[in-house]
Amino acid sequence: MNLQLLKAINENRANRQAVILITNLKSGVQRLVRESELGSDDPLHDTLIAALRGGRSQTFLHEGEELFLNVHTPPTRLIMTGAVHISQALYPMAVACGHDTVIVDPRAAFGTPERFPGVELIVGWPGDLFPNLGIDRYAAIVTLTHDPKIDDPALEYALSTDAFYIGALGSRKTHGKRVERLTDKGFDKDRLSRIAAPVGLDIGAKSPAEIAVSILAQLTAALRQGPQESAKR
Amino acid sequence: MEIREDILEIAERWRDDGREVALATVVSTWGSAPRPTGSRLVIDAQGNFEGSVSGGCVEGAVITEAMDVISSGKPELLEFGVADENAWELGLSCGGQIRVYVEKVA
Repeated sequence: MNLQLLKAINENRANRQAVILITNLKSGVQRLVRESELGSDDPLHDTLIAALRGGRSQTFLHEGEELFLNVHTPPTRLIMTGAVHISQALYPMAVACGHDTVIVDPRAAFGTPERFPGVELIVGWPGDLFPNLGIDRYAAIVTLTHDPKIDDPALEYALSTDAFYIGALGSRKTHGKRVERLTDKGFDKDRLSRIAAPVGLDIGAKSPAEIAVSILAQLTAALRQGPQESAKR
Repeated sequence: MEIREDILEIAERWRDDGREVALATVVSTWGSAPRPTGSRLVIDAQGNFEGSVSGGCVEGAVITEAMDVISSGKPELLEFGVADENAWELGLSCGGQIRVYVEKVA
């Protein structure tokens, strides 16, 4: 691989564009294909589409030559509302799992540098900010404020995106009321079922850090096993 | 150790720092391989590395090969199978098999 190719892969990922690097394992010849520029005339079109969709790298025999298709998807992101105790624990864990993580909270008093040193924190309302964040199918959204004024608009916008995971903190009772409010706004049962609530796997988590573990575990299942599998939990 | 591991970003950074760099990538696995296809190791000419291609079973051999690839510039396809009873034999104790493609970032 030459340095230009490496830089091109990194640049595309930073711009949230999926790419596939095709390597002929015998000759070492390489070709980079951007998802956005994949033409229907490409001899590997169907195979490349399938690889991109599954996000899975694999070898492939083409005209007697073994090719390695290395799928590079954009870094996953976690966008959470609430500069709260749970996000203090969740943020560093999410970063350790490789997610580009950001906290959104309109309450400047909550998101102080003392409570969140080195954290990417945006002061503002999710309803205003989320549409500008480029939320795609590599993004997860978790609402943690307990405040419908902040969390509801975040969830409403989340449901309009392809986000791979949407979770909302709050008890069953709280979520019941939330579902009523969102139903009144025209969201049907099917769409609302995308929200994981009460958020996180049921592992009896008590402390903020344990709740963060349960959320991250459920998010990981959605990412790696798909929403159907994670919904069974 | 970096908390957030992004091997390709590390590779680019090392190259920009003027270091000679090779990338090792798991291209296929059989059986219960410890790390999935696409897992990576970045290695420099001094044998410094980040990432993994197995649970630590074959990294040593991959690093040695990578240093050769850095000097020759020629990519190599390595294959590792099941370790036998001899504990010092190189291989994967988990019973899987992996192939690792090692290439220089030229």
